[in-house]
Amino acid sequence: MDVVLLSRLQFAAATMFHFLFVPLTLGLSVLIAYMETRYVQTEDETYLRMTKFWGKLFLINFALGVVTGITLEFQFGTNWSRYSEFVGDIFGSLLAIEATTSFFLESTLIGVWVFGWKKLSKKAHAACMWLIAIAGNLSAVWILIANGWMQHPVGFDIRNGRAELVDFRAVVTNSFAWLEFLHVVAGAFVLGAFFVMGISAWHLLKKQNTDFFTRSFRIALPFGLAAALFVSVVGDFHGAHVAEVQPEKLAAMEAHWETKTNVPFYLLVVPDEKNETNLLEMIEIPGLLSFLVTGDVNGEVRGLKEFPKEDRPPVLITFTAFRIMVALGTYFIIITLIGLFLRKNLADSPIYLQVMLCSIPLPYIANLAGWIVAEVGRQPWIVYKIMRTADAASPIAASQVGISLVAFILVYGLLGAVGFWLIARNAAKGPETANLAVN
Amino acid sequence: MELQITWFFLWGLLWAVFFMTDGFDFGIGTLLPFMAKNDKEKRTMIAAMGPFWDGNEVWLIAAGGVTFAAFPILYATMFSSLYAALMLILFALILRGVAMEFRSKVENDSWRGIWDMCIFIGSAAPAVLFGVAFANIFKGFPIDANGYHGTLLGLLNGYGLLGGILFLFLFLEHGALWLCIKTEGELQARAYRFANGVWWVMLTVALLFLIATKYETRLYDNYYANPVLFLLLIVNVAAFVQTKFFLMKKAYFTAWFSSALAIVCCIFFGIIGLFPTVFPSSIDDAYSLTAFNSSSSPLTLKIMLAVVLIFVPLVIAYQTWAYFLFKDKVSKEDLEEAY
Ligand code: HDD
Ligand code: HEM
Ligand code: HEM
Repeated sequence: MDVVLLSRLQFAAATMFHFLFVPLTLGLSVLIAYMETRYVQTEDETYLRMTKFWGKLFLINFALGVVTGITLEFQFGTNWSRYSEFVGDIFGSLLAIEATTSFFLESTLIGVWVFGWKKLSKKAHAACMWLIAIAGNLSAVWILIANGWMQHPVGFDIRNGRAELVDFRAVVTNSFAWLEFLHVVAGAFVLGAFFVMGISAWHLLKKQNTDFFTRSFRIALPFGLAAALFVSVVGDFHGAHVAEVQPEKLAAMEAHWETKTNVPFYLLVVPDEKNETNLLEMIEIPGLLSFLVTGDVNGEVRGLKEFPKEDRPPVLITFTAFRIMVALGTYFIIITLIGLFLRKNLADSPIYLQVMLCSIPLPYIANLAGWIVAEVGRQPWIVYKIMRTADAASPIAASQVGISLVAFILVYGLLGAVGFWLIARNAAKGPETANLAVN
Repeated sequence: MELQITWFFLWGLLWAVFFMTDGFDFGIGTLLPFMAKNDKEKRTMIAAMGPFWDGNEVWLIAAGGVTFAAFPILYATMFSSLYAALMLILFALILRGVAMEFRSKVENDSWRGIWDMCIFIGSAAPAVLFGVAFANIFKGFPIDANGYHGTLLGLLNGYGLLGGILFLFLFLEHGALWLCIKTEGELQARAYRFANGVWWVMLTVALLFLIATKYETRLYDNYYANPVLFLLLIVNVAAFVQTKFFLMKKAYFTAWFSSALAIVCCIFFGIIGLFPTVFPSSIDDAYSLTAFNSSSSPLTLKIMLAVVLIFVPLVIAYQTWAYFLFKDKVSKEDLEEAY
């Protein structure tokens, strides 16, 4: 295997692993900050126990998020050195800004939050959690502006063989990046909410700490519903935007081959990449795709055949990942809506609780699928229409990358397994009942 | 020009602050299996760095990010050339990070033993490897028009290893001093004795390194050209001596501060000697990367300067606040709370 392929595999493994933990950090931090605020407002001990219980799970997850992030920060240099030389002006500065504005705040305050229960006033301690949540979400802003620039490069000139920054404002106001940000953060909130609801459901099924977990569930439920609605709405705008700026990606997402007007949407499609057609198209909704993409049932949607073969992304992967994400997005809305009706007697709805318990992995899958759409759908470009992935890798021996790839898989696999086991174990233990009074 | 020069020194400063802060964590982590006699003492040692290590580690991320932003060609060349060494550092840091969080989550001796080992490896290995890397930067790399021709083993030359040993001892001293500040009783007495003794070793290694530098590198050229720069070396030695002086007087915090100053001086000794080179070629100077031929565009440098000038002082302010908040000895509650 060559360096490019190995580096792609390694980068994909490393980012996807990072993104197993990132969304829970983003979503759960907000929920915990809310719980702690309720404690400050009401002095109700249950909220304090909630903060501590969910906080413990948060911290295990956070540690894994941090350590997997550090390797990413350096992999652009180690594995994508030609890319780094080319985009350092823009991409590098965004990463540096992320570290100075967000990571410092997040990581410093985590220490303060964990050890500061007795050193800070209740209000200051809760404020600390809000700052952690804000810093985490702010880091998402910067990294997604960086990613958004790779998807839709703006504000630069090619000079001295590099993409040199000419308009910083254009880079930070990149519409693609902001749509990505809203969509990703909402997706993360969905995940956080389903995590809390799923674990609460498990305890409610076992009839343990019923009051505690009913209340946790009820906090997460509206948050999850709002996030699920928001992620779909933004996703819709995002899709329309993709159609505009990356038409071949959209065509691949929909396995749409011929440029046509009044394009229907098929619920069931089996793409056939080799013969540039679909083996199967069933259950037609007339004009829907045109409508979703252009806002008009008679709008034109460009097909894959319009683009040279060497510029097309892999269709089957992009298409499948997109379908999975959208199907799950629809499911999240329906299932949280049902929850809204059952919220008064959750403890008596075992089937619903069982479904919610089994739903814990689904937002993880949706988030990863989303990234596969975004990243695989961007191929063969690393910076869309500016630099090809094949030209971006470091000029180093493939064997080195091969070894590190194996190391990544082994170490990450092991740590991930231990990490999830610890989260599950602590989640199953339930909240501390001991005297937790502060002061 | 001025921008690139400013950035060259800011770049050095970020690395120096990383070593000054996370350095004591590396020291404590390396001492963990040797200094603590039981699980409670181990937890105390870990809790001594508990509130800080994560924030300290971000200085590394910032240093890496700033290398990317200000000197993208350096970032690309250095990290792809030192691929294997950097991967080892990163994996070690992964182990340290998760071990700190995982260790206390299960009450079982062999479980804790495994993670203690990870904290040790995750602290000692980066300390040594960073030293090896920086000594090799001072010395120069076999790069030419066709790229890098070195190997991982090539980095482990005598001078490189000496750099690794130097970093390790600097951090051991630094960590032991921090333990003196944060612990009490027997553990503190042990840390005190260790800091006292290891000081001599550290000083010897540092002097050896200074001498070897004369023969192995061209760092002194800048100093001969501007003899006033030798002041830095004098400050450096004074900081070492002060460390010992305050340690003997049991003024632990001042001693730790002197040790921090010594570490910063050590890094700047190299940075000033390198100037304006950031990645010297040992084959031909024409292939060396300098602050001038590896930097990003003036616009990026300007924007980044504004960002750094606003946010880094802010970071220093709230990190200092956090240090003061947790200046007291590790308490029983600290151990219950987290470790
Ligand atoms: C949408 C959000 C998002 C995305 C796409 C990424 N990250 Fe991330 N990252 C975070 C959101 C985040 C976070 C929420 O801020 C984390 C996750 C868990 C955590 O502890 O902080 C974090 C941690 C984290 C850290 C450790 C920070 C610390 O010590 O506090 C680094 C160095 C990176 N990330 C770097 C990256 C790089 C180079 C990425 C691109 C490939 C990346 N992250 C993708
Ligand atoms: C926002 C930060 C991100 C940046 C800057 C980024 C950048 C990159 C880069 C440089 C590559 C390698 C080159 C390439 O194959 O095009 C890549 C590939 C990839 N990334 Fe991302 N990525 C980010 C986030 C993510 C996340 C969070 C995930 C998953 C959860 C992800 C999934 C992938 C996948 C699956 C590939 C492989 C695509 C392929 O090579 O076919 N990315 N990305
Ligand atoms: C019905 C709903 C949804 C629609 C229409 C939708 C639409 C999209 C589109 C068009 C993209 C690709 C953008 C690109 O190429 O860069 C995308 C990416 C993504 N989606 Fe979704 N999505 C939906 C639901 C979800 C859900 C429920 C989640 C997670 C819980 C999610 C998480 C993501 C992520 C993480 C990405 C990658 C980052 C990005 O490009 O924004 N999506 N989504």
